[in-house]
Formats: sequence, C-alpha cells, structure tokens
Amino acid sequence: MFGYAVRRLAGAVPTIFVVITISFFMIRLAPGGPFDQERKVPPEVEANLAAAYHLDEPLIEQYGRYLANILQGDFGPSFRYRDFQVSELLRDGFPVSMQLGLAAMILAVTLGFLAGSLAALKRNTPGDVAVMGLAMTGIAVPNFVVAPLMTLILGVWLSLLPVGGWGGLNHAVLPVIALALPQIAAIARLTRGSMLEVLRADFIRTARAKGLSEGAMVTGHALKAAALPVLSYLGPATAGIITGSVVIEQIFGIPGIGRYFVQGALNRDYTLVMGVVIFYAGLIITLNLIVDLLYPLFDPRVRND
Amino acid sequence: MTELSLHEAVSPPRSPWRDALTRLLRNHAAVGSSIILVLIALACVLGPSFSGYEIDAIDWDNIQTSPDNRHLFGTDGNGRDLLVRVLIGGRISLALGIAATLVSVIIGVIWGALAGYLGGALDSLMMRVVDVLYALPFMFFVILLIVFFGRNPILMFVALGAVSWLDMARIVRGQTLSLKHRDFVRAAQAMGAPTGHVVRRHVIPNLLGPVVVFATLTVPQVILFESFLSFLGLGVQEPMTSWGVLISEGAESMESSPWMLVFPAAFLATTLFCLNFIGDGLRDALDPRDH
Amino acid sequence: MPATRRFVLSLALALATSWLMLAPGASADGVLRLGNATEPESLDIHLSSGVAEANIQRDLFEGLVAEAADASLIPGAAESWEISDDGTVYTFHMRENGRWSNGDPVTAHDFVYAFRRGLDPATAAAYAFILYPIKNAEALVAGDITDLDQLGIRALDDRTLEITLKAPTAYFLDMLTHHMAFPLHKASVEEWGSAWTRPGNLVGNGAFMMDEWVPQSHIKLVPNPYFHAAEEVSLDEVWYYPTEDEGQELQRYRADELDVTYDIPADQINWIVENLNDEYRNFPYLGVYYYAFNTTEPPFRDNVGLRQALSLAIDRKVLTQRITRAGEIPAFSFVPPGVPGYQQQVLEFADWDQAALNQAAQALYAEAGFSEDNPLQIEILYNTSDNHKKIAIAIAAMWKQALGVETTLRNEEWKAYLASRDEKAFQVVRAGWIGDYNDANTFLELYVSDAGVMNDPGYASTAYDDLVKGAAVETDPATRGQMLQDAERIFLTDAPVIPIYFYTTQHMIKPWVEGWVNNIKDVHPSRFLSVGDH
Repeated sequence: MFGYAVRRLAGAVPTIFVVITISFFMIRLAPGGPFDQERKVPPEVEANLAAAYHLDEPLIEQYGRYLANILQGDFGPSFRYRDFQVSELLRDGFPVSMQLGLAAMILAVTLGFLAGSLAALKRNTPGDVAVMGLAMTGIAVPNFVVAPLMTLILGVWLSLLPVGGWGGLNHAVLPVIALALPQIAAIARLTRGSMLEVLRADFIRTARAKGLSEGAMVTGHALKAAALPVLSYLGPATAGIITGSVVIEQIFGIPGIGRYFVQGALNRDYTLVMGVVIFYAGLIITLNLIVDLLYPLFDPRVRND
Repeated sequence: MTELSLHEAVSPPRSPWRDALTRLLRNHAAVGSSIILVLIALACVLGPSFSGYEIDAIDWDNIQTSPDNRHLFGTDGNGRDLLVRVLIGGRISLALGIAATLVSVIIGVIWGALAGYLGGALDSLMMRVVDVLYALPFMFFVILLIVFFGRNPILMFVALGAVSWLDMARIVRGQTLSLKHRDFVRAAQAMGAPTGHVVRRHVIPNLLGPVVVFATLTVPQVILFESFLSFLGLGVQEPMTSWGVLISEGAESMESSPWMLVFPAAFLATTLFCLNFIGDGLRDALDPRDH
Repeated sequence: MPATRRFVLSLALALATSWLMLAPGASADGVLRLGNATEPESLDIHLSSGVAEANIQRDLFEGLVAEAADASLIPGAAESWEISDDGTVYTFHMRENGRWSNGDPVTAHDFVYAFRRGLDPATAAAYAFILYPIKNAEALVAGDITDLDQLGIRALDDRTLEITLKAPTAYFLDMLTHHMAFPLHKASVEEWGSAWTRPGNLVGNGAFMMDEWVPQSHIKLVPNPYFHAAEEVSLDEVWYYPTEDEGQELQRYRADELDVTYDIPADQINWIVENLNDEYRNFPYLGVYYYAFNTTEPPFRDNVGLRQALSLAIDRKVLTQRITRAGEIPAFSFVPPGVPGYQQQVLEFADWDQAALNQAAQALYAEAGFSEDNPLQIEILYNTSDNHKKIAIAIAAMWKQALGVETTLRNEEWKAYLASRDEKAFQVVRAGWIGDYNDANTFLELYVSDAGVMNDPGYASTAYDDLVKGAAVETDPATRGQMLQDAERIFLTDAPVIPIYFYTTQHMIKPWVEGWVNNIKDVHPSRFLSVGDH
C-alpha cells in the first residue's frame, strides 16, 4: 500500500504539470486582459503596465518565467487585488473555505448515510418516503434559492442567525447547511440504493440463514458494502462542495477562496486563477488517492496494484 | 438452483425485457411519475399555443404583477406572462436535462468501466485524464468555446457534457473495481470470454444501480448549470428562457414577487421527483439479482 | 525551498487562528458599517480607479481641497489659496497643524512627491489624466519629457505649494479632490514598497487610519488622532464590507448587520418603497446610460435618419417609471443636468408625447428604406446584468411595436464585452458614463474623432472637434460654456448615440446614521457622519 501511495504521488507531478500548462495558455487566450477597463489609459501607460507584469513578452517566455517562479514558491502578485500576493490571498482564504467545506462534508456524509440506510431498512414504508422526500429537496431546490431563503427566514424575519460574515459558530450554521444539503440528498440516494442491493445479496442471506441478528448483520456486513459507492462519490462530492462554495461564499460574504474561481476568471486575474487551479488540483489528487487507499478497507476484494 | 432456473423449468422462457417491463408497471410510484412527467412534457410542448400570449409579449400595464385572471402565473420583471415562459422554458430544460445526461452517462459509463476493469497503467492514465479535466478552470473553457465557435447552441451541449461525464466516470470506475472481483465476472473470464463481452454483458448491467441514481442526480445539475452558462453568454439567449434562468431571476425577488420563483421551481422539483421515482423503478426492474 | 516551507507553515498557522480574526463589527453607537460593493483593487491612490476604492481613500487621506458633507469644496490640507489673474498659477498655503497619522507634519513636499509619482510613467496610473491640466503633466506621462522638475508643481517652502497649469481650467479645484491629487508620506511608501497600503504601514493624513484589512471580509478604520479636525470626528469605528451581491447586501442591512448599503437590488424597488421608504435614499448622479451605434458600418453609417428614428421610438418615461423604477431621469441629451455653468441641451422633441414621437420615428424609418416587408434587423450587445437585460428587452419590444424592427440580444461577460466594444464588434452597444469631475468636458471629450476606442460609435465631425478642443483652451468661462453647448447640439443632432436616462444613486440608510447629505457626486466622507443611540 505504501508503494502504491508513493507511485500515485509521483504520478501526480506530471498531472499537475499538465494542468498548469493547459490552464496557463487557456487563460491567456480568452479575450480581454486583467487591466482592461472602460476608461482607457493612454498607450504609454498601457505599455508600462504590460511591461511591469511581463505581459508584453511572448507567451512561451511568460510561461517559462511562471514555472520558474512557482518552483520557488512564488505565485506572483494578484492582477486584480494588486496590494496582495496570490500566496497571501490563498493562505488567508483557504482555511476559511476548508473549515466550511469540511464541516459541510462531515454533515453530508453523516446525515446522508444515516438517512439512506434508514430508508433502505424501512423500504417502501411511509418512513422511507418521508426521509427520501426530505432528502430530495436538497437536489430539487438549487443552493442559490435555499441559501437566500434560509437567511431571509432565519436571519431577517426571525433574527436567529447572522446573515453574512464569518467568525463564530453562529456564522457557520447557515452556510454549512446550505452547502451540505445537495450532498446529503445525493449521498442518501446512493446509500439507499446500494444498501437495498446489499441487503438482497447472497452473503447477507447467508448471514441471516446462519441466524445472525438483524442489527449485527447490518452493522457488520451491510454498512461496509453499502458504503462503497458513497466512497466513490466522495470525489465528486468534494468537487460539488467546492463549486457550491463559490455561490455560498458570495451569498454569505465568507472570505474563502471559492469566489476566486469565478471572479478570477471574470477579472482575467491570471496569477490568482493559476494559484487556485494548482491548489485545487493538488487537493483533488490527494483526495482521490485517499479514497483509492480506503477502498480495500471497505471491500477486501479490491486490491490496489 | 436459482429461482429463475426453477421457474424456467415450469413455464416457457420469456424475454427479460418483458419481465422488466412487467416489474416496472407494477411499481406504482414509477408509473405515476411517468404519467406526471408526460403531462408536464405535453404541457410544455402544446400549452403555449393555448395560452394566447407570446414568450416575448410585454404587458406594459402589468409589470411584475402577481397571479390573476389574465396571467395565471403572474408576470415577470418585463411584464411577460410567466405561464408561457415556464412552459416554453420547460422545453429547453427537459430536452437539455435528459439529452445531456444521456450523453454524460454513455461517455462516463464506457470510460469508467473500461478504466476500472482493465486496471493497471491504462486505468491510471484514464483516471489521470479525468483528474486533469476536473482541475482545469471551467469558465475559461466556456469562454474559449464562445471565442472560437461563437454562440452555437450545440456548444451548450458540449460544455454541459464536458463537465458532467467526469463524475459519472469516477463512480463507475469505483463500482467496477469491486465488481471485477465478483464470482460471475471471474467465471466469465475463466471461460475465456473476451474483455468487451465481459464488460458489456456482466459488468455494465451490474453497474445500473448507482448509474441510474447518479443520472437522476445529474439532470438537475445540468439544468441549473445551463443558467450559469447564460451568465457567460452561452446559454439560451433572450427571449428564449429555461427553468434555470427563470429560477435565478425569481430568486432575486423571492420576497417581493414570490410567484416568479415558486412556479418554475415547482415545475423543476416535480420533474426531478418524478425522474427519481422512475429511476428507482428502472433500477429495480432491471436489477438482475432481483429475479 | 524555504519559500514553500514558509508558505505551508503560515498556512497551517492561519488555519488554526483564522477563526478569531474575522468577527465582523457589531451594531453599536459610534460604529458605522458600510456596504462597499467590492474588494478594493488597490488602496494605492495612484493605482486604483473605482468608486469603492475612492470611498475608503477619502477617509484615509485628504487633498489640498476637501469635500464637505454635501460635496461642496472646503479647505483640506490647504487652509487657503490664491489664483493668479490669468488663472494659470495656484498658490496653496498648507495648514500649520496638518499631520500624518504618525505625527509627522504634512508639508508641500508631500504633494510634490505624490504628484510626481502619480505622473511618473513607471507608476502607470490609470487616472493620471486627472492631473493633465498641470503644465507638462501629459508630456511627462507620454515620455516626451523625463525631467520631473519640469512638472508645473513646486514647493516654495514647507508650507507653500505652487501649481502652474497649462491653461486656465475652471474645474481644477474640483479635480483636486480626486484621489490622484492626494499627498503621500514619502518615507513609508519608500520603506514598504508594494506593501505600503497594509494596516500598520499605511500612513495617511485623513480623518481615519487603517486598523484591519482582511481581504474579502472587511476593512476597519479608526479615527486618526493627529487629524487637524479630529475633535469634530464623532465615529469610533468605520467598517467597509465588500458586498458584491445586492440582494444579500439588503438582507444583511435588514438584519442590522449593515448601517448603509452601497446600492439596492433593482427588482425589489417596489417592495422597498412600500416597506422601507424612510430609509431609502435616491438622488441624481452625474452619469448617463445610453446605447451607442456603430457608425463605421452599415446600417448605421451615414444614416442619421435611421438613428434618430430608433432614438425617438424609445419610450423613456415608461422605461424609467415601470422597468427601472429608481427615479432615473429620461435623457434626451448627453451631459446630465446639474453641471455648473452649463446649460443642458435638449432637442425640441423632448416635450412631445410618445405617440407623436413614434409617428416621427416611423416617418424617418420609412425614409431610410425599411418597412414591414423589409424590417431592420439588428443586435444589441450588453454586459451580463439583470438590469441591462430588462432594459434591452423593453427597448427591443418598443422598437418592434413602433417600427417593426427585429432585434436580437447578445450578452457577454465584462471583459469579453469590453473587448468587443474596443474592436467595434457590435451594431448597438449598451454603455454608461460617469463624470470624473463636475464639468461637461468629461462627457464631451469622449467623442472627438481621435479619442481612440473611447469613441464607441466612431463619431467623426470636424465641427464638433473644433468646438470641444477649442473649449479646452478657452480662457473665458462664458465663451467656453457656449462652445461646449454648441458642440453638444451638433452631437445630438447627428445622433451617434441614444441617451436613455440619467443615473441616480440608491442607498439604504439606517435611521440612526446622521449627517448624510444627498449630492450629485455621491460623496459622503465619514468624518461628517455619526451613529446615534440605537
């Protein structure tokens, strides 16, 4: 397993390199530049700006310069937030996004798995329908509707929770719930589906025939096997939380890095976008590795070779 | 002996598809949902001709007014009848949602199943491709699509499809990894069946469970993602609309004009619930181990 | 690699402690919390170009001339000044008690240093043109001269500053309130380099100093004890929040998390007027919303009649009363009302009712060769925004109903839209222009034939050029005003653009905020505001 992990990490390097290269050129091909504004600057000023940020060099040279810089840990200054370095913005914003995302993920996995298992065990009873119906609202109602609705009812009308900002437990409640809802629904559905299959499976019948109690059988065998699709889903779930955080962070005014995805692109903030892309690429690759390493724990027949 | 072979010994063999259909028809939730879905689709296709309003006709005296006799769903911020817009928007959302999801299912299942089954270096490579595509900044991809190909509606499909198959591939690969060690797959391999045959006949049918569930999760993603594309200028262009766009517009004024949000959101939610029940029904009907 | 290790370590530390730093300001007496639209692009007075940045800079710094609560001009860092008879030499006398936030005295040299830095081509200041009235400023930026001493600004001594202009400029004092004309504390700018705007490094001479800056969260200001009018400042804290989403900004305001909003969500105006009218402030703004024709290509090239037809067929009253609903003023001219010394130019049909306007439009449309069988087919380009979309939809419908024009709508995100505008890849483009200073020139200079890409329609009229350029060097204010007015008349008759409405600003203000005075520049220095009991 250790060898597998090392090999995967080594394989991550060319992957990130490919991501960096494609992204670098993709970003610069888009129309418009970071300093384009409605009020045009005199051509001499424009030339000076371009020179200061090396935008007047051939793309290949800019690329080489960028690679050399990031190898030394210098992600460059943000083109849009000119008083800050990209590494500062990431360093300040990432812990916030991570707290938000992690909390949402834990909530989603816990509640989703519980709901799905419960619904599967009580299949086709009103309980099943009720639980799944509730879970489904997470998918059926988009987060840019749920979040303002929650802030309207709980924040404005009832004044129970703050509407915006970040910096205390009560600021985290609404955004975490809003972020987790779609994933709760997805995980609940996946769990229910796979739980149903597992409960019908041969080895469960064997366990039942052997006289094992329902409870022991469920916890011992069913949960582990049913968890496998959920495990595969953790990758997409993380991606879903990352993209969801773009909207949630904007709605709740949370200073994370989610918004840099969209804002960075809209502002043509080349360095910030590259910084965020590299960051998230690393995150996704690490997460996939962890998920792949966990597979054998849930299904002993799966070997990582 | 399995139950199926016992059954076969007693009565003449029936086509597995007919079996599946019978099972499906016995699932009340699935049948009910199908009927509702067909009704919604019919309403979207035929309804606007009965309405008397055009999708872009402005009622200057009734701008952003609540539902009444003239406008059953009220009007939007430009004074256009909301009922007509919800129905016509439904055409786009339903078509897009189902078509794009189908595309992503096909690509994702093939990619993920092959990667998971073949394993080794090929699996590594295929999943690395998925990782790379995942990590690329999607917005720039869309912007470049517009730059190089203009505002083609086909591009909307390309953009939507390009994103949604990645998740499916990952899920399918995960499932395949555990499936390929199952007895019946091992048996088929031992009998010398070619890879394509094993994947097609044994692996893929057993993937149906999570695939169907995930497909029903993909549909709403696709529908809402289209409204994000409109923001960049690629989605449906005015006066054409879609449920995603109507819901975003409605969300802005949910307190002052709730009808602008409630009606399109209700249509979307109902459609999604129906799709879920149908999906569950399909999966139960097609599940080979249920026989 | 030490940099990477440092980065990872500081990341770990930040992860552990970030929780504590971010608690936003609570509602209290003496605490003012402002919605401020967007995270600043920079607080360096020479590198920023937006309104949100200017609001913060106005609290941190003070120019020679300052703005009162109603935006009228009052002495700032300079307590008095004289203007020479020919209007080209201004002599400013600095306050004796002018101090930076670290106690250092504010001297004339600080202004010389700042102006030189602002006009240095290496600084690449986007708004350098604000200082162009100063002698040799434009040449310096263009690189025609390199000797900074030739710039028309010098310190006669520590407390006397002399500025020499290229030509008499009526609005020069108003321009001095712009952040490009603020002073800089040379020692700290040189010591900290690009980090000089951070809390702890930033030294300003304004009523407030910077206490905290958490990107995307807030900027917190506290009173500057050395400010020359410090005893008049009643606030204890000023918080600026980047509130990008107006709907959410309103919700935070209603939950008492903000005291003033930057804007309001347009689709909730009716609700606001019905429920929160006392807290709603709406006032004219120095800006115009318009559509520009691409006059370099058919169908609008050499086709004044068609352009006029499309302009007349827009029912501006219905548009502003029923679609935008924020008190905007229908515009039949380009320069907004309220510019001192300038008579608003309006063509004769501004008073007609829409039926008559439509009739005139139909006649012109037919003359241009279009009809029901041969309708005009055009495309409107606008940048993604609900407001622009609603207006475009309404205008397309009006053109269809009145004339039978078939219009398609095309939206692009901001940068792509700017690129399309620059390349003239449009037939009709939506645009808006806010005046940089309170004078007609900032609006009319856009359309001289050599204005480059700023001239959206590609308008080229020698008569217009002569008048506008002549006005720029005219010394007599009355003659100058007349020249500009004549230029605008020619411009409106040629109709290269369709003025639609004049902007208004909208804010929500809590009843406990005092000292807020509506003004056309929408300038509200925090030093004149106070937050009472609540």
